[in-house]
Amino acid sequence: MSIKLEHVNYIYSAGTAYEKHALKDVSLEILPGQFVGIIGHTGSGKSTLIQHLNGLVKASSGAIYYNGENIYADGYDMKGLRSQVGLVFQYPEHQLFEEDVLSDVCFGPKNQGLSKEECEKRAREALELVGFPEKQYHQSPFELSGGQKRRAAIAGVLAMRPKVLVLDEPTAGLDPAGRDDILDQVRYLHDQTGMTVVLVSHSMEDVARYVERIIVMNRGEKMLDGAVREVFSHYKELEQVGLAAPQVTYVMHDLQERGLPVETAATTVEEAAAEILRVLRHGKRSDT
Amino acid sequence: MIREITIGQYYPADSVIHRLDPRVKIVCTLLFLISLFVQNSLSGYVIATLFLVFVIRASKVPFRFIVKGLKAIILLLMFTVVMNLFLTKEGAVLLHFWIFTITENGLRISVFMAIRLIYLIIGSSLMTLTTTPNALTDGIESLLRPLNRFRVPVHEVAMIMSIALRFIPILLEETDKIMKAQIARGADLESGNMIQRTKAMVPILVPLFVSAFRRANDLALAMEARCYCGGEGRTKMKPLVYKRQDYAAYVIVVAYVVLAFVAGRFAPLHIWIF
Amino acid sequence: MEMIRARELVYEYEQRDDEGNVIGMNRALDEIELDVRPGQFVAILGHNGSGKSTLAKHMNAILVPTGGTMWVNGRDTKDPRELMSVRQSAGMVFQNPDNQIIGTIVEEDVGFGPENLGVPTEEIWRRVEDGLKSVGMLEYRTHSPNKLSGGQKQRVAIAGVIAMEPECIVLDEPTAMLDPVGRKEVLRTVQELRKRKNVTVILITHYMEEAIDADAVYVMEGGHVVMQGTPREIFSRVDELKRYRLDVPQVTMLAEELRKGGLDIPKGILRREELVQAICRLS
Repeated sequence: MSIKLEHVNYIYSAGTAYEKHALKDVSLEILPGQFVGIIGHTGSGKSTLIQHLNGLVKASSGAIYYNGENIYADGYDMKGLRSQVGLVFQYPEHQLFEEDVLSDVCFGPKNQGLSKEECEKRAREALELVGFPEKQYHQSPFELSGGQKRRAAIAGVLAMRPKVLVLDEPTAGLDPAGRDDILDQVRYLHDQTGMTVVLVSHSMEDVARYVERIIVMNRGEKMLDGAVREVFSHYKELEQVGLAAPQVTYVMHDLQERGLPVETAATTVEEAAAEILRVLRHGKRSDT
Repeated sequence: MIREITIGQYYPADSVIHRLDPRVKIVCTLLFLISLFVQNSLSGYVIATLFLVFVIRASKVPFRFIVKGLKAIILLLMFTVVMNLFLTKEGAVLLHFWIFTITENGLRISVFMAIRLIYLIIGSSLMTLTTTPNALTDGIESLLRPLNRFRVPVHEVAMIMSIALRFIPILLEETDKIMKAQIARGADLESGNMIQRTKAMVPILVPLFVSAFRRANDLALAMEARCYCGGEGRTKMKPLVYKRQDYAAYVIVVAYVVLAFVAGRFAPLHIWIF
Repeated sequence: MEMIRARELVYEYEQRDDEGNVIGMNRALDEIELDVRPGQFVAILGHNGSGKSTLAKHMNAILVPTGGTMWVNGRDTKDPRELMSVRQSAGMVFQNPDNQIIGTIVEEDVGFGPENLGVPTEEIWRRVEDGLKSVGMLEYRTHSPNKLSGGQKQRVAIAGVIAMEPECIVLDEPTAMLDPVGRKEVLRTVQELRKRKNVTVILITHYMEEAIDADAVYVMEGGHVVMQGTPREIFSRVDELKRYRLDVPQVTMLAEELRKGGLDIPKGILRREELVQAICRLS
């Protein structure tokens, strides 16, 4: 279930005044079961990148392999790929259209040509996975709160039973509590199903708590790619391109500069607190 | 995908024509169109051609841009020519085979119709190419203001037009995103017969309408918050004021119309083959 | 005199069933008391649905109270004769940058408000220039808004409000749809405006970091004002804030965790430097 990109370039409106090199020589591989974060500004190419993963956008040059098969080969089953690599777009308002939530979630499986019973079975399963309350199944999707709309939209893609789930800024427009709810749900989903999850975001702090690997995009190029701690250790380079590391990373580095012997690898509040407490307690003991 | 469509295309350049008051351009375009339809003499068309060439040169718009506008009417053009060519029965017969007859009059009318249509498109696209959509709206509003007396909501109509111009690109982009979101869920927008394809549009159109209504609502609030309450008591940031060049343009166009008319009347230059 | 004052402000709307019959009243705002002095920077915090946007809409008379009173610059917003002067006094910037720009060219959009107020043409040009300058968007004056970034669009929207020369600007979640760069851009613009024009600023937001520099913070929940005070007072009540589903800045959270861990760190820490200093004092 791996997705592999080799030297992918994407240029839009080639040959006109609006020509833009949106992806520059991007190579990467996403392994089965990974929980990956893709981070970058608006216009960094992150959204373009994920639209390549399910063949919605075709690379200008380079190759993409899904499970070792070239997706640009003649006769490749693109529709099949789209149900394997589920892509949830930023705004749920762009996909919800049916009269009630349940039929909306059935849209994906229906397009796969499944029977009505099977569609509904998968839809219910998907809604359950995203924690959507059963008593709202027959409500209009337009009357839901922002967070519930988001859940319905994710379920709409999950119902196709994809092997890889790609979420484009699933927290945009939500308040902090709604954001945490959705991200917690995505983590639950990942743990529960073992599915590969790719989470696109512009917030380091959001992503640091959830993913195991971060890919940083900048101006169409892959700037950094590695484990969370490793990526944040480049916090100065990140700052130069306007992508701040989590505040706690800065606190830890500041403390170290002032001579406190802390490990700077902490990326969450809990880790940072534990580390500072460890160093301070240890220090006090050695004084007495 | 869908963003290739351009509406109200404007060619930015700094020319005399670009700087003219939009009202002048609207009125003169109308005069030009009328002049095309009231004449049917060769000399009239020669003068019209010279006039068009003069205006195109003055506008600094490259010729290929103007030709592009013609592509859209090529079918209509062929249809008109063919219909006129074969359906005109009067006049001397030039050619006859099977059930088709081409007469002298038929040839004449179809050639003139083709020229008229081509000049009509060139004339009106010259107006849109050299006038920003906004200026055009302002011009229409100002020219139609007398209709206010007959309770025609001229200001409101102009406001609707300019808001539409602002939101068309936004809604096109949104349509693109919605299409992608539904394709990602396996929607098939390309295959099938007419009915299936129409049905396949529902998942695109519903979110698009919902979004358009939400935007309209937001926009109405934002306009109210900025003290908008219709055209009354409003001042203009860019009021339309005639300048010397605008009067000059009127004089030139009126002179052209008179010349073309007089030439057609008194020196029609009867045409080569006829 | 207060710039904005609310007394026992109540806003109720009818709740209807599917057939459109009234089945009850919903109270979106309940007995709100609010005092904002001229030149102050006030932040109103709350999660989605807490009533903060409904309150903001009262400051511009888009909504009027169904009970109690709201005064803007001494004018009762319920009085229809005062409507235009209320809206001119308290300019409003909304959440969605695309849905509040009316003009197809940046400068024409900024001129929209003054046009509505009947300002003479030369004066409109002066105000448009001044408005665009104060948000740093003057060089984009002839651009189409569609080509701008989210942060830039919001700055144009702010310029459009400035051009109406209001005494007070109400920003209703102006950063909710922006990325971090756009958020910073908009907040910096607001800060500079305060310095330059001494306008009263009311910022509605769910990001607590944006409230750090405020003179006063109100926290809303279920249509009530549940907390009120300086940022330091408010941020020292971390558990309470979390209960209201608000996001406490990481630095404040870390300080709280460390205090719980037994360290002697003062309450209500807002900035990174403060925390680093407090920790270093202990070591």
